Amino acid sequence: MTLASATGMELLREEPTGGEPVLLEPGTDAEITDRLLAPLWADWPWFKYALAVSGLGACALVAALTYTVITGIGLWGNNIPVAWAFGIINFVWWIGIGHAGTFISAVLLLLEVRWRTSINRFAEGMTLFAIVQAGLFPIFHMGRAWFAYWLIPYPSEMGLWPQFRSSLPWDVVAVSTYLTVSVLFWYTGLLPDLAAAAVRAPSPLRRRLYAIFALGWRGDSAHWNDYRATYLIFGGLATPLVLSVHTCVSFDFAISQLPGWHSTIFPPYFVAGAIYSGFAMVITLMVPARAVFRLEDVITKNHLDNIGKMLLVTGWIVTYSYGVEAFMAWYGGDRYEMHEILQNRPFGPYGFVFWIVIACNCVSVQALWSRRLRVSPLALFAVSIFVQIGMWSERFMLIVPSLHDDFLPSSWHIYVPSWIDWTILGGTVGFFTFLFLLFLRYVPFIPISEIKEMRREMREPAGRLAGAAGGGDA
Amino acid sequence: MRSGILAEFDSADALAQAHERLFTRGYRRLSAWTPYALRSIGRTEGRSPVPLWMLVGGLLGGAFGYLVQWWCNAVDYPINVGGRPLDSAPAFIPITFESAVLAASLTGFFALLIRSGLPRLSHPLFEVEGFERSAVDRFWMGVDDADPRFEERLTEDLEKMGALRCTRVRASAEGGAP
Repeated sequence: MTLASATGMELLREEPTGGEPVLLEPGTDAEITDRLLAPLWADWPWFKYALAVSGLGACALVAALTYTVITGIGLWGNNIPVAWAFGIINFVWWIGIGHAGTFISAVLLLLEVRWRTSINRFAEGMTLFAIVQAGLFPIFHMGRAWFAYWLIPYPSEMGLWPQFRSSLPWDVVAVSTYLTVSVLFWYTGLLPDLAAAAVRAPSPLRRRLYAIFALGWRGDSAHWNDYRATYLIFGGLATPLVLSVHTCVSFDFAISQLPGWHSTIFPPYFVAGAIYSGFAMVITLMVPARAVFRLEDVITKNHLDNIGKMLLVTGWIVTYSYGVEAFMAWYGGDRYEMHEILQNRPFGPYGFVFWIVIACNCVSVQALWSRRLRVSPLALFAVSIFVQIGMWSERFMLIVPSLHDDFLPSSWHIYVPSWIDWTILGGTVGFFTFLFLLFLRYVPFIPISEIKEMRREMREPAGRLAGAAGGGDA
Repeated sequence: MRSGILAEFDSADALAQAHERLFTRGYRRLSAWTPYALRSIGRTEGRSPVPLWMLVGGLLGGAFGYLVQWWCNAVDYPINVGGRPLDSAPAFIPITFESAVLAASLTGFFALLIRSGLPRLSHPLFEVEGFERSAVDRFWMGVDDADPRFEERLTEDLEKMGALRCTRVRASAEGGAP
């Protein structure tokens, strides 16, 4: 018996849904490999159109950012006191979306949850491209993006150093570390699959390209031994990392004095919200991909069911946090805090955003109590869209109402986003889709070697326990 | 493995059994090449040192992260913010932690590459007929002829254990497999 089974994790692992299989695919290892590599070699008639549309979005992003850099940050709707606005709303939204990818690949790896295997590569890709979008916002929000390197402590001739007692340098380090570690984790996991792709590719050029990216991986048992150990530790490192990154993001708010921000619940509240929105994004991407590539046997109803449950759980954590936030505002007795949270947010000029948040984040997700809706791709997809809208609105609700009326009525000011703001937000969605499509086209997006390993272990639980008891694996 | 016998199996079980048998017979210079990690073979490889290196890398990285912040904000360019201590440890923890994770991950990734001798795009094993399927669905085992128990007639034994074919490889002038 392993530790996991003794503590009840076995339940989560072996029988997550009471019977739906994690993998339906019969067939040999060769068939599985070819089946999962097939999308790379197949002709996708719709691909160039999809790429063109998302590419147009990416072009709009470049155009809007170029216009911003040339003209100045005044093109955005930001004002004083609402100096943050879209720049930080979009940053927090995108980085939060990334977190579910790391959660799936790292936390579920450590818990040995089997349904992770079919979707982790996919979710990691999502993470990478979401971090790319997130990183754009702080850089351009600085106004003079060409001085972004001032955030790095390098011995400059000005004799100046960054101020590390501010939360903004924490963000810089947290996000750049997160991006680097995500890339390493992702690429390490890819090596065996790139090696398989190099063998199976139909043309010599592709064989050569995949072989180069596989770095000459040849599946030596000594290499596997190091690989497994390293991969597991990567999971162990990425788990606290994902929590720390969004904690740092929440510190941007929590360590300031503003009503509605200065609160100790922010770190866990932000992490839960991040994973909530990220799981929603996984569903938004996975449901169409599953249908287009006919992956119903690899991404089974079991996966839909489990992700639906994760969405429900994180949705309730977020709902609970809203409740605690309101309760603490009342219980704390601070009149500014009470005004902000109990009056301004729900009934102020941005009150409609508050009600969108409640409807999307707290109400729509309750549909997932029904198992029938959880295993229905269409219903799950619809809920995921609501959650994404809700989570974006939540960041708006946290940021703009707090800023626009703070302590002094004389400094109150209404904020309206400009068309440039909307273009940049839409542009990042286009750019994200663009990168994700390229990823689907050229990278094995279902982890092939892990699927084969899982199949073997599921056929022979005895061998697996013997291996675990040997203790030589990690 | 520099030179010896390569045996190809069509299932993980056949390979694992053959490997186990030779291992219990006392063979120690055994290698295996498989499309995915086999736990039973991993057991014979011993404990990987990479996690320990990652720990050391992480500790050094964290220490360096703290040192940079302390040097910048307490020594070289001290700014008094509301009378707080210049070496304000609580404010330095987030970056210290992130630096530790970053350094540990980089150490792990590069240790993995260095210990595996990767990237190495050309390898004598890739010249062996059929070896490329070890990335897909075939399981290969190698017995080094430097093993004191090595004998040429091992080929027959391996075939009895279910090997599809055995290949005798010898180190060539260009250098053999490590």
